[in-house]
Amino acid sequence: MASSIFTLSFFVSLIASTIRLATPILIPALGQIYTQRAGILNLGVEGTMLMGSIAAFSTAAATGSLWLGILAGILAGILFSLIFAWLTITVRANQVISGIGLNILASGLAAFIYRVIFGIRALPAQVESFKPINFGSLSQMPVLGPILFQHNWLVYFAFLIVPLSWFIMEKTTYGLKIKAVGENPRAADSKGISVAKIRYSAVLLGGAYAGLGGAFMTIAYLNQFTESVIGGRGYIAVSVVIFARFLPSRAALGALIFGFFTALQLRMQALGVSIPSQLLLALPYAATIVALIFASKNAAMPSAYTVPYSRMER
Amino acid sequence: MDNYAVEMLGITKIFNGVKANDAIDFRLRPGSIHGLLGENGAGKTTLMNILYGLYRQEEGIIKINGKQENIDSPTKAISLGIGMVHQHFMLARPLTVVENVMLGHKSRRGILLDTKETAEELKDLSDHYHMGIDPYTKIYQLSVGEQQRVEILTAIYMGAEILILDEPTAVLTPQETEEFFHTLREMRKDGKSIVLITHKLEEIAALVDEVTVLRDGKMIGTRRAEGITKEELTRMMVGRDVMFNFPPLAEMNLGVKLSIRDLTAVNDRGVPSLNGFSLDIHGGEIVGLAGVDGNGQNELCEVLTGLRKETGGSIFLDGEDVSGKTPRFYIDKKVSYIPEDRHTTGLAMNWNLKKNMILKAIGSKRFMKGGLMNEKLITQNWDTARDEYQIKAIDGDEKARALSGGNQQKLILARELNADPDVLIANQPTRGLDIGASEYVRQKLIESRNGGAAVLVVSADLEEIMQVSDRIAVIYGGRLMGILPRGADVYEIGSLMMGKRQEELAHE
Repeated sequence: MASSIFTLSFFVSLIASTIRLATPILIPALGQIYTQRAGILNLGVEGTMLMGSIAAFSTAAATGSLWLGILAGILAGILFSLIFAWLTITVRANQVISGIGLNILASGLAAFIYRVIFGIRALPAQVESFKPINFGSLSQMPVLGPILFQHNWLVYFAFLIVPLSWFIMEKTTYGLKIKAVGENPRAADSKGISVAKIRYSAVLLGGAYAGLGGAFMTIAYLNQFTESVIGGRGYIAVSVVIFARFLPSRAALGALIFGFFTALQLRMQALGVSIPSQLLLALPYAATIVALIFASKNAAMPSAYTVPYSRMER
Repeated sequence: MDNYAVEMLGITKIFNGVKANDAIDFRLRPGSIHGLLGENGAGKTTLMNILYGLYRQEEGIIKINGKQENIDSPTKAISLGIGMVHQHFMLARPLTVVENVMLGHKSRRGILLDTKETAEELKDLSDHYHMGIDPYTKIYQLSVGEQQRVEILTAIYMGAEILILDEPTAVLTPQETEEFFHTLREMRKDGKSIVLITHKLEEIAALVDEVTVLRDGKMIGTRRAEGITKEELTRMMVGRDVMFNFPPLAEMNLGVKLSIRDLTAVNDRGVPSLNGFSLDIHGGEIVGLAGVDGNGQNELCEVLTGLRKETGGSIFLDGEDVSGKTPRFYIDKKVSYIPEDRHTTGLAMNWNLKKNMILKAIGSKRFMKGGLMNEKLITQNWDTARDEYQIKAIDGDEKARALSGGNQQKLILARELNADPDVLIANQPTRGLDIGASEYVRQKLIESRNGGAAVLVVSADLEEIMQVSDRIAVIYGGRLMGILPRGADVYEIGSLMMGKRQEELAHE
């Protein structure tokens, strides 16, 4: 029996699926690298992704344009994280509470918007989602074809912005300002950097990425919206950033670990392995938590992590 | 003679209805070093934060090089050639020196960092002032003295002609201070104007051209530093005479009270921080423990009060081995503790003063009647303490948070000394206190010694160690470097603090 399961095609599809499933973790995680490095823990990523997913889905359904859907997803992410930024930076509310509160708001709001637009139906509303890019003969290659050349553009985009994110963080003035604001906001302030502006920009950038990650779920991975479409991926993305010690390349690794276990459990379910499906469903999350515990033990957090800044306080 | 680098005229700044600066005039001559002297809370830092654009004054004007300026942000101050080195360094620790510097200037390469060019220029500047700073080192790898040099370097690099230094020597050893003064004198030679905020009188004599004294937010006066005496300055600063020399007590010969033998312990991160520390303290003597912060002093105090488990070695109290006992045991044995951090270890900040007074006696029959805490007894206890220790408070029901630092420390003294200790462990007992309050605390330590207690005073402030100690012990790397008599040479202590053993010094 074992030999019939672990064939070459099983592994090829497992790896291809791993890459695809890593994408909706990697995109928001790359965004959260900016946010967290600036000293802000946005647990509201989960809700932000959900808002991105519903905005992208309904826009795509209404206009028939997936590209407008992507744009709507990003915009929704920015708008929703703007609330978070205002709460935590301007009002200086507790970041954990604000994030969780926004997640609750998003789950209600997204379900509401869906009902208003699509009503209650027997079959869920659907869109034509993004098709894999056709690389011609490359896509037809055995083994490498399915693994590397049969994905849609967002998957490639996610992995291409990994080195770009590193470059921005290490080689540009913006990256340096973000790090300084997260480490020692008072020092940044005394050097003439606006702590609030940099933190707003870092939260909104994180929101844009989260919105895009949400859009991926409804119009590039699936072709429909459900209230549980994000399924904790926002939280995983937040943790992957810590696992990655704020390095984009390690974030890619973290996302792939999650993607791998998700892909694995999907296949095990399909094969009818005699483990309760609930346990299988928990597998990627459990694996991520274990990886996190070991990897984040020595993570050096930004010194001003989750601490609001005010010039007048000493 | 009337052109000044800085003129601040009639500056008033109000915080929560209190005048932190009250119509202060301050004038800085170009190419001079100007001491700004005053107790904590006198308004020195506030005044300079106004000059640096961190605060806005309610009244008054500022002229830079004779021209009136509106300094509404640090950016503006920097553009006017003003640089400030704060008491708490404004450095991001995981970043390199050059990255920290680049935060404050516009990159020549647009949105990309100009790391290489900046690093080269920094290196040149560092060489010019003999600072020996490598631009590519990360801040956390530098000593405190080096970090301070980075701060000064940054300010100069950003074009500062007017340099404000907020209590710069608080963190330096005597040798580092000497080097630091040398650098400042070189900068003065280059025509820079320097403001030195301080409450150390020695620095005025050693370095400064002119001195301005503030007290309670008011300007007391500006003098030429030459020929001014310590007593004169103190009177201006405190408003009365202050005792600097505490008399040593005739040897009481009460025998060894506390004996520490080959003690080892690890710090919170599991790194060994006491590495075989031994020391005897007699009844009726104060042993001052000098050392640069972070050489095992805190761990030692915690082990000696049962707050931290030793990993080896032993502690004897009156000859009895008490290693590994709980804090309760030490309290019952009359070991009192003045912790380093008033806010986290010394007091329950959100509790009222009465309850803080009985923190160590909760459950004691002294404050109970019929099995319940008795408000009347607790209040009586507080009233007595308040009168005896002159704690300035409205009544015992306000939170400890509401008191000033000096009064919080008095509250701790009242609690710890009321227990009539046999052993007193005082860790940085005057840190953050002004001269008046420090004098009070030191007097109480002396009184405790005169009463026969064995007192260990841990302090990073060498002046304090020299003033109160009967013997001076020096710790470095978790080991005892040597014991010196009262009146020992400050440079000898400094050398031990930097890790030279007493025997090595003798051979030099």
